[in-house]
Amino acid sequence: MEKKKANIDRNNGVIKLRGVEKSFADYDVLRGIDLDLYQGENLVVLGRSGTGKSVLIKLISGLLSPDAGTIEVLGNEVTTITERELEELRIRIGFSFQNSALYDSMTVRKNLEFPLVRNRKNITRAEIDKNVQEVLEAVGLSQTINQMPAELSGGQRKRIGIARTLILNPEIMLYDEPTAGLDPITCIEINELINEVQERYNTSSIIITHDLTCAKMTGDRIAMLLDGQFQRVGAFEEVFATTDPRVTPFYDYNFIQ
Amino acid sequence: MDSVNNTTSPAPSRISKTRSKVADFFLMLYRIYAFILRFFKEVFLPPYEFREIVRQCYEVGVRSFTLISLTGFIVGVIFTKQSRPSLTNFGAESWLPSLVSIAIMKALAPLVTALIAAGKVGSSIGAELGSMRVTEQIDAMEVSGTKPFKFLVCTRVIATTITIPLLATYTAFIALLGGYLNVSQNEGTSYATFMEQAFEPLTFVDFWASLSKAIVFGFTIGIVGCYQGYNSTKGTEGVGKAANGAVVTAMFLVFIEEVLIVQIAGWFR
Repeated sequence: MEKKKANIDRNNGVIKLRGVEKSFADYDVLRGIDLDLYQGENLVVLGRSGTGKSVLIKLISGLLSPDAGTIEVLGNEVTTITERELEELRIRIGFSFQNSALYDSMTVRKNLEFPLVRNRKNITRAEIDKNVQEVLEAVGLSQTINQMPAELSGGQRKRIGIARTLILNPEIMLYDEPTAGLDPITCIEINELINEVQERYNTSSIIITHDLTCAKMTGDRIAMLLDGQFQRVGAFEEVFATTDPRVTPFYDYNFIQ
Repeated sequence: MDSVNNTTSPAPSRISKTRSKVADFFLMLYRIYAFILRFFKEVFLPPYEFREIVRQCYEVGVRSFTLISLTGFIVGVIFTKQSRPSLTNFGAESWLPSLVSIAIMKALAPLVTALIAAGKVGSSIGAELGSMRVTEQIDAMEVSGTKPFKFLVCTRVIATTITIPLLATYTAFIALLGGYLNVSQNEGTSYATFMEQAFEPLTFVDFWASLSKAIVFGFTIGIVGCYQGYNSTKGTEGVGKAANGAVVTAMFLVFIEEVLIVQIAGWFR
């Protein structure tokens, strides 16, 4: 269950958030948050539903714009770069969606080819096939290549979603609730896959979850989002070494004592 | 006094509700206008997605082909049948082929095709893109550095703009065929005579006006369907609204465009 120690470069921050604020209507979701993600690190963001965890990674990938603050990703300020620069930056970021977001009118092969053929100019058919085979092997689902997304199980869909992001060799992975809606065994398989991706592709990742098993298995560092701000950041044991009534129910629910 | 207050109080609220609905409608028209500008900004830039355009043309054509064949034929037969008694009263049955062709070529073929396409194709585009929006498939395209607007919107709008005029031409042919069968059965007119009389009153401007209408209708149906789906919100409820909104708005705009184009074509005659 414990995570192996990763090779983290703490002098190299790949994501830097400073004073980020985001509101929807009258509801302040993020209230001036600061965050650093270091090269090679898996950072787990924990928090209750509706606290802005998914909003956070949508801000990082430029799907949403912050009301205030700065978001630096791989040396690029997301809030000020041009659309073209944002497109180029996004190729370096993999985003695994909560419901996988597979293109349901395309086969698994077409899903995987889609970002590849549009982002790699002059790529040959043989190279496309090789890349598709490689990522399918990495997620252990080579046999599904000609299947439609509707024919896959929840766990398989998650894996193919991750494979689709890996095909562009991202430097950063953003996982939105990777284990939501899966049975415990499949959850463990997905957690192991996240760690394999970190090792094999040397990625830095932000993992959004409220599953503490996932947090413990995959996180090098945990950041707890409470009331629109990161209140507790540190190793798993440090974050939960508290009597804060906003934090203890998480632990009690996930690991009944 | 109380009863007077009770009966008059709902009136301002109804007025303000209507005012807000009208304002929403014009806001939506403005957003569609902005969506059209974005379409023209992106459509000429690479990648051109030719394969997807061809696939969408096939989808649009196949989706509507059976219904358009049936409707076109029935429109031709019914219009001919209903027009006969009026012409008979004036002893002008021989004008039937001309009347049928003028009505079909100038108005019915593009309009009927557009209304069917708005129902079949527009709703389908709205629902498909709406579903992709709420299941984050469009976001997934966006974050993978691809251009979802180009791939999903431009291809579909180009496809409807190309295919609906072709379908309208086909509808005109099928409706004329229906008209001919009815005339042939009742008056015993030969095919050659029918066609000669049918095309004799039509001018080049009529063909161009009809074709222009079909092109504008095709573009409208595509852009409205894509707009509704692409901007869909609120989960599965939003998908239904997108499909419904695509049909209602497209039909409304098609009728307005019909009036405008008839007016403009009149200036060239």
